[in-house]
Amino acid sequence: MARITGSVYTSHVPAIGAALDLGKAAEPYWQAVFKGYEYSKQWLRDHKPDVIFLVYNDHANAFSLDIIPTFAIGTAPEFTPADEGWGPRPVPKVIGHPKLAAHIAQSVIQDDFDLTIVNKMDVDHGLTVPLSLMCGQPQAWPCPVIPFAVNVVQYPAPSGRRCYMLGKAIRKAVDSFDEPLNVQIWGTGGMSHQLQGPRAGLINKEFDTAFLDRLIGDPDGLSTMPHIEYVREAGSEGIELVMWLIARGAMDDVNGGKAPTVRHRFYHVPASNTAVGHLILENN
Amino acid sequence: MSLDKPYKDVPGTTVFDADMSRQGYHLNQFCMSLMKAENRARFKANERAYLDEWPMSEEQKQAVLARDLNRCIALGGNIYFLAKIGATDGKSFQQMAGSMTGMTEEQYREMMVGGGRSVEGNRYTEEKK
Repeated sequence: MARITGSVYTSHVPAIGAALDLGKAAEPYWQAVFKGYEYSKQWLRDHKPDVIFLVYNDHANAFSLDIIPTFAIGTAPEFTPADEGWGPRPVPKVIGHPKLAAHIAQSVIQDDFDLTIVNKMDVDHGLTVPLSLMCGQPQAWPCPVIPFAVNVVQYPAPSGRRCYMLGKAIRKAVDSFDEPLNVQIWGTGGMSHQLQGPRAGLINKEFDTAFLDRLIGDPDGLSTMPHIEYVREAGSEGIELVMWLIARGAMDDVNGGKAPTVRHRFYHVPASNTAVGHLILENN
Repeated sequence: MSLDKPYKDVPGTTVFDADMSRQGYHLNQFCMSLMKAENRARFKANERAYLDEWPMSEEQKQAVLARDLNRCIALGGNIYFLAKIGATDGKSFQQMAGSMTGMTEEQYREMMVGGGRSVEGNRYTEEKK
């Protein structure tokens, strides 16, 4: 039987990818970000999963305004890094896990979550920056990855509650997969940031700190936070944080099991326009 | 009954909802076309001619030509799409975001290094008056 062994949460700021790709990682500005992931890289080497289920959002790269799926699961054998306008990131292609992805799609759709199934798409910085942060710059990513894209570009994004409940359904799906796979689920995006209008540059450390606290200790309560609170308190792009609730909903403690161990917690301002937050939770 | 849009009173913020998306469809799809290197080259060679291939409003075209991102957003543009214009111009996301705030690039960068823009006084439009 497959099992979700842990969850990782991290921001996916594009400038972090650019700093790595352009050899700027040693600069003090970026060292302040990367030092928060040194533990995480070792942790991932020590707890190498068989598959990563990676929740992220596309930023007008795979999906234009022609089609806007709320939840899209990547079921392809591989996914190419997108050219977002600056040229594609020089990172390995992403190898999928079509068998598990198809299994999860079938299971969660039967549990009332109407996913869009995507057999061909490019993946943007939302997916590749978390891999870079957690794995560095390898020749190949350490394991297959199932991309799971959430619409947070056109309002409304799915509610926090919907995301949290979807996480539970994904967990149930993984539990019913007949191969002994060690699966990690990652929730990415955020933390507080706003990229548009005269209010651009908004950061709210108090909000972010409370969000991290509640994600660990009160995810059920946190999942009821309305959209307007994210927008007002964490900036128009801070709403990406609903994606963290998908990963949190898949953990043991909210599905009848034991509380997770907090392996790592990190917070730093800024990376470009954004507050960087990061957590690693391990099931016991 | 109209839809509840509680985000209308967040200052300096335009939430890209279904209504804005409808108004900005062609503007945003034009931006999307700049993901292809050959289109970036054609746009740079003659911006006006390239824009005229799209059924955008004259106001939208003028906002793009002026690189007035606030205006683009007011006319239905979305920042992730508009970022393709910035990429074509060789601008970073921070330069683009900063350009909408009335601050210089230097001032904006310093604000971010100093912890970003505070939410205090920035939650409701009436606080700004």
